[in-house]
Amino acid sequence: MATQTNGSKKPMNLKLLVWRQKNGMSKGAMTTYEAKNVSPDMSFLEMLDVVNEDIIKSGGEPIAFEHDCREGICGSCGLMINGVAHGPDEGTTVCQLHMRSFKDGDTVVIEPWRARAFPVIKDLVVDRSAFDRIISAGGYISVNTGQAPDGNAIPIAKQSSEDAMDSAACIGCGACVAQCKNASAALFTSAKIAHLRLLPQGDPERAERALRMVAQMDEEGFGSCSNEGECEAVCPKEIGMVNISLMNREYERALISGKK
Amino acid sequence: MNNETIAPAKPAETEVEHGGLGDKVASPFLDSKVPSGPVSERWNKAKFEMKLVNPANKRKFTVICVGTGLAGASASATLAELGYNVHAFTYHDSPRRAHSIAAQGGINAAKNYANDGDSVYRLFYDTVKGGDYRARESNVHRLAEVSVNIIDQCVAQGVPFAREYGGYLDNRSFGGAQVSRTFYARGQTGQQLLLGAYQAMMRQVQRGSVKLHTRREMLDVVVVEGKARGIIVRNLVTGEIETHMADAVLLCTGGYSNVFFLSTNAKHCNVTAAWRAHKKGAFFANPCFTQIHPTCIPVSGDYQSKLTLMSESLRNDGRVWVPKAAGDKRKPSDIPEEDRDYFLERRYPAFGNLVPRDVASRAAKAVCDEGRGVGDSGLSVYLDFGDAIQRLGEDTIRARYGNLFHMYGHITAEDPYKSPMRIYPAVHYTMGGLWVDYHLQTTIPGLFALGEANFSDHGANRLGASALMQGLADGYFVIPYTLGNYLASEKLSKITPEREEFKVAAKEAQERITKLLSIKGTKTVHEFHRELGHIMWENVGMGRTREGLQKAITQVAALREEFWRNVKVAGDADNLNPHLEHASRVADFLEFGELMARDALHREESCGGHFREEYQTPEGEAQRDDDHFAYVAAWEWNNGDTPPLHKEPLDFEEVHPSQRSYK
Repeated sequence: MATQTNGSKKPMNLKLLVWRQKNGMSKGAMTTYEAKNVSPDMSFLEMLDVVNEDIIKSGGEPIAFEHDCREGICGSCGLMINGVAHGPDEGTTVCQLHMRSFKDGDTVVIEPWRARAFPVIKDLVVDRSAFDRIISAGGYISVNTGQAPDGNAIPIAKQSSEDAMDSAACIGCGACVAQCKNASAALFTSAKIAHLRLLPQGDPERAERALRMVAQMDEEGFGSCSNEGECEAVCPKEIGMVNISLMNREYERALISGKK
Repeated sequence: MNNETIAPAKPAETEVEHGGLGDKVASPFLDSKVPSGPVSERWNKAKFEMKLVNPANKRKFTVICVGTGLAGASASATLAELGYNVHAFTYHDSPRRAHSIAAQGGINAAKNYANDGDSVYRLFYDTVKGGDYRARESNVHRLAEVSVNIIDQCVAQGVPFAREYGGYLDNRSFGGAQVSRTFYARGQTGQQLLLGAYQAMMRQVQRGSVKLHTRREMLDVVVVEGKARGIIVRNLVTGEIETHMADAVLLCTGGYSNVFFLSTNAKHCNVTAAWRAHKKGAFFANPCFTQIHPTCIPVSGDYQSKLTLMSESLRNDGRVWVPKAAGDKRKPSDIPEEDRDYFLERRYPAFGNLVPRDVASRAAKAVCDEGRGVGDSGLSVYLDFGDAIQRLGEDTIRARYGNLFHMYGHITAEDPYKSPMRIYPAVHYTMGGLWVDYHLQTTIPGLFALGEANFSDHGANRLGASALMQGLADGYFVIPYTLGNYLASEKLSKITPEREEFKVAAKEAQERITKLLSIKGTKTVHEFHRELGHIMWENVGMGRTREGLQKAITQVAALREEFWRNVKVAGDADNLNPHLEHASRVADFLEFGELMARDALHREESCGGHFREEYQTPEGEAQRDDDHFAYVAAWEWNNGDTPPLHKEPLDFEEVHPSQRSYK
């Protein structure tokens, strides 16, 4: 996973192998494209933009991929690049990956997230709505607008707040699922459980939240966690597996205590 | 006849006539519904006077909310909590993707936790002044009042705001204020606030009170008997055109910075929903008020797809400079102190590198125009931390700005600890938007606009950390009251999707998609968008002139004509087709861009982010003209002909306009 850096400014030529699939019903296949004159300063998605312009000009249909903010925070983008979710740079979404991480003449294999719970919609675009359903199963604190006490009424230790923020930094991109051989959503689910567990506001619904979110995760068809650690390795926000341990404790505690 | 129309049938050479007071006469079409009485009591008074919907009756009303950013998610969640039947729409795959998520710095609130003299009145005052006296006082005061409730609400939702060691909330300072009133969650405040609102909304999805429609793009507002009663959307996965009915429609669809092609906005941000509403009768207010942020990573090549913002906070320790001599191509380390021009410190000794955004941006442009810009393109200036590192040590600078330096290094492959950063201004936020009254209602009854999509609170320049505040104020604390008042006051007839209005709107939306795909020209959507952006940036960007604006109006019209003749849209309409979506949005930008230039042309003054080079002081500062232009300019769609202008005069009862000076 070490980052290679192409120090020169020389344009590169690359061969791309891209997964093309018309829609969720049809079969897909790998298709070869040439990416010519690629500047090392381009982002990976800008390289795809240029390839797409060429495809359009020659009468083809551009490669569909998901993207939006292009600054690594919205969580829209996500590609398997040479088998690694978000590509070779650590702690980086694919929109922030730059072509200087590749070398002239490289072959780059580009695939969508692969998981039963993330069906392909088209080309490199998958349906991640399972994540939204996991959140709606319990990834919140039940407080109606207007009910809140003063913001300073509940002091929260700085460290607790920082730890909660570490977990809350998840952008919901799905890289953890894509890289996991079990296609487990444990890192995503546990990050939200941990974020809310580490704050006193989350305490009243603690047991029910863990039970419901875990049940929803299973229902969506995600696999189990077998402690491979692939998720942590590819997470663009470097969210740690410690969240999964915390989720497991929360879940067991809820089961043992017999709380709903 | 107070409804003033400007120079009909002379599109490229619009002349503004003004003669004294006649200038600011109010349009009878614009009833701001601002309550009377002292500004500090108006919101309470309005809330009391508003009609209520009985709790048991709320579920009988259906509300459509378009957009799921801060404004949309907070409104959807809150209205569902109250018992309304809410339908939320987003073109993203998930409501959590909206561009609110990218806001870094923080959110303002008049809590005065810092005990440094802040108050609701001071936040109100700073915002009206910061907006260069082009915002509506009553709205701004309400914003300041509810700001304190927003923080409480977000804390209760579990937003992990920064804390001090004692466990209490931490604050920092932002531009345009002398108090510390900004709450933050590291450099990801927007993300955490959005996730809070998103989670509140997803809780209502679970309970069945919000029905979520993802991957749907709004293509039209349906108006029945003069009232907004539904929308037409396109299912982006299947291409199906869908009809949705409601008793009221909320547009929470963000800003239009991407008319410039390159901006700090997310790639999909667009004007389509607002523009389609405009074409159905909603007036568009102050479209020329755009904010250009001074500290962005400069453009590096033709392939560049977007610009990345570097936080305003960097200007606390970084010094901005360019070489004194034009064409000096030496490495920055080889340029001695006496050959450097620290132009902000030179021009604005009192505020130095911390002048407001609009002033800093214009100064950077000025030195680049003189040929003194740096980098390969000559379109950037140095932001140098050398002195700060020498004074404070690299560790201190790393602790303060480590994540930003890391991001800069990642994008540019340059090490800002060793050589100065290069920065250039970029379009960042749009203060203009759909005209709304005090109730956030547009000129179409039943159609409301919230957040960046409306025009109301920031005047001609928005202060840092105020966008998040406004989006959440509108959604959590304003619309729940004003919408109830509308629904309780209006008699809405029963409708079905079989009505002619729905059928016609759906048919038109479908025909437009078919038309885009049938042109099969030679130029890509991307090329048209880039070209439009170039016209806008050159003529309707940081420095605007009468001549340039007239040119822009002509050029945009010509480009639009070429678009509909020669655009090449790939793919089909029956599957996911991001390229087709882009084409449809660019088509709207090509109409909207002209209105923006027209608004900038008619406003013969400089204020906030709107700088007309003809109207500046001898020192080169913005010259406001309160006698003639202290009004909101609201434009009416006129089927493509020169649009009539309607004016809402602005009265400043509390904060008296003065010249902003930072010297």
